[in-house]
Amino acid sequence: MSRYVTKRILQIIPIILVVSVLIFAIMSLVPSDPITIIMSQTSATAEEIEAARDAAGYNDPFLVRLGNYLKNLYLHGDMGKSFKTGSPVFKDLMSRLPVTFRLAFGSILVSVLLGIPLGVLSAVRAGSLSDRMTMFFTLMLNSMPNFWLALMLVILFSLKLKLLPTNGIGGLEHYILPVIANSVGAVAGIARQTRASVLEVIRSDFVSTARSKGLKERVVIWKHALPNGLIPVITSIGGFFGRLLGGSMVIEMTFSLPGVGSYMINGINNRDYDCVQGAMLWIAFIFAVTMLVVDLLYAFIDPRIKAQYAASSAKKKAKKEAA
Amino acid sequence: MMSDKKKMSAGAEELHESLQPGSFKYIWRHLSHDSGAVVGMLCIAAILIICVLSPYIFKYDYSKISMIDKNALPSKEHWFGCDELGRDIMVRVFYGARYTLSIGVLSTAISASVGVALGSIAGYFGGRFDSILMRALDILQAFPQLVLATLVSAVLGPGLDKCIIALAISGIPGFARMMRANILNVRGQEYIEAAKSIDCSTARIITKHVIPNAISPIIVSVCMGIASSGLNASALSFLGLGVQPPEPEWGAMLSSARNLIRQYPHMAIFPGLFIMITVISLNLIGDSLRDALDPKLKD
Repeated sequence: MSRYVTKRILQIIPIILVVSVLIFAIMSLVPSDPITIIMSQTSATAEEIEAARDAAGYNDPFLVRLGNYLKNLYLHGDMGKSFKTGSPVFKDLMSRLPVTFRLAFGSILVSVLLGIPLGVLSAVRAGSLSDRMTMFFTLMLNSMPNFWLALMLVILFSLKLKLLPTNGIGGLEHYILPVIANSVGAVAGIARQTRASVLEVIRSDFVSTARSKGLKERVVIWKHALPNGLIPVITSIGGFFGRLLGGSMVIEMTFSLPGVGSYMINGINNRDYDCVQGAMLWIAFIFAVTMLVVDLLYAFIDPRIKAQYAASSAKKKAKKEAA
Repeated sequence: MMSDKKKMSAGAEELHESLQPGSFKYIWRHLSHDSGAVVGMLCIAAILIICVLSPYIFKYDYSKISMIDKNALPSKEHWFGCDELGRDIMVRVFYGARYTLSIGVLSTAISASVGVALGSIAGYFGGRFDSILMRALDILQAFPQLVLATLVSAVLGPGLDKCIIALAISGIPGFARMMRANILNVRGQEYIEAAKSIDCSTARIITKHVIPNAISPIIVSVCMGIASSGLNASALSFLGLGVQPPEPEWGAMLSSARNLIRQYPHMAIFPGLFIMITVISLNLIGDSLRDALDPKLKD
């Protein structure tokens, strides 16, 4: 098992490396650069702009710039600096990471804690009124744009009832609406997924066997159906997290939360591309690590993967002994 | 999903049996007897028809500025009210359907065709192309889909066509992976072996056996893809990256309504409501399509 864990952790390194190259390559396709933007607003001549670009290294060949970028990034932890504010991107992002963490992980926590029980209840009572109601509402909530839901929540809870703040950052109450708006779609999605996969298991032969040998319905559901039905749900959580991470970018903008996502969007709007690169890289990194955690969780829960690795290492041991 | 089947009357079930599963008629029969899918199709059809006919049925123009009606609340004259420039929101919402629907359909069409082509080649021939493609997809999927679309549209700039390209690119990995898995799955089936053993030509195997069996999950996810791509398009426009104001794209309308939400919350309600109706309708059709196409559910 530890071999699987190490292998999976090591796989992240090349992905992040190539992702950073890809982000740099894509961003260097943008036809303008900060120096041109700033200096074209002053009275600088075209020659002066060119000279400044030369000095800043914007006219170097692509590979030289890429090499410098990677060297600064991985040897010095330097992601460049924002030309708007002049502050280093890495420091900016470090101060913004907690906001995005709270939002994204709060949302996934809420989605899992609400979505899975809802889906299981629905599956166990398939066809009943409560099941149909759940399915109807989850379909509706799954189809809502999260930023629109955010606006509706603000109208209701902040402007009409004056219970919660409309935007900005502060205590925990500032995260309630953003987390709800971001997670509702995933709650619905996870509930639907759970229902479908638990239903499939409930109809399978081993559950019929368990019932036919006279086990209590509670035991059948909890001991036999759920552990098997929830395995595909756990795999899908990684996908849902991706959706929540993308969604938190939009939600941060809607609620003016200073997170990584809003940093990136502001960077795009200001053409501040060092900021965009840095934020992108962090998002990819958070996503990769979460997918890794989901994969490992899955490996620990699904006995088939464990068995596979146990078998392969046993085989190798046997081979070694034979040799 | 299964409950929908119960809703079908016994007569319909009989008709069902007489048609060949997977044929267009069979799918249509299933869709037209599933109340969810019928509601979905009617909603989409209604939105489309009103959208196309909007210049003829509404007395206001979607871009007509009228300062007298500035920020007007919903009334008999303007059912959904007016926006900050006095433009009728109902006309704009119906006119704006063309953006969301065309972005959804076109971007999904592009990503599905590119993804299916790549996935089929990788799945059927395997080898080096397959492993290169899979590594490339790993890299693209290192970003959440909406973040990838944001990155691409940051480079391409705002606009309808660029928004379509950005969403199309971000959708390719999903389709390619799915098609590859389907092809791999079908290739190993016994009926392919059977076809080979009776000396069926490769071309016939691919066109008559592999593709029809591998494509049906794609049809379902194209339908769902139009929905999610419409949602992502509105999110991009909301962020100021996709379709730009003054075009009445639903996300762009919400973006400008957001600034006035304290004083005039009515502006924010209807564009989002229509995004939701469109997406629900597409998902209902997709669910029903899945039931019609998935042989596992037919027992």
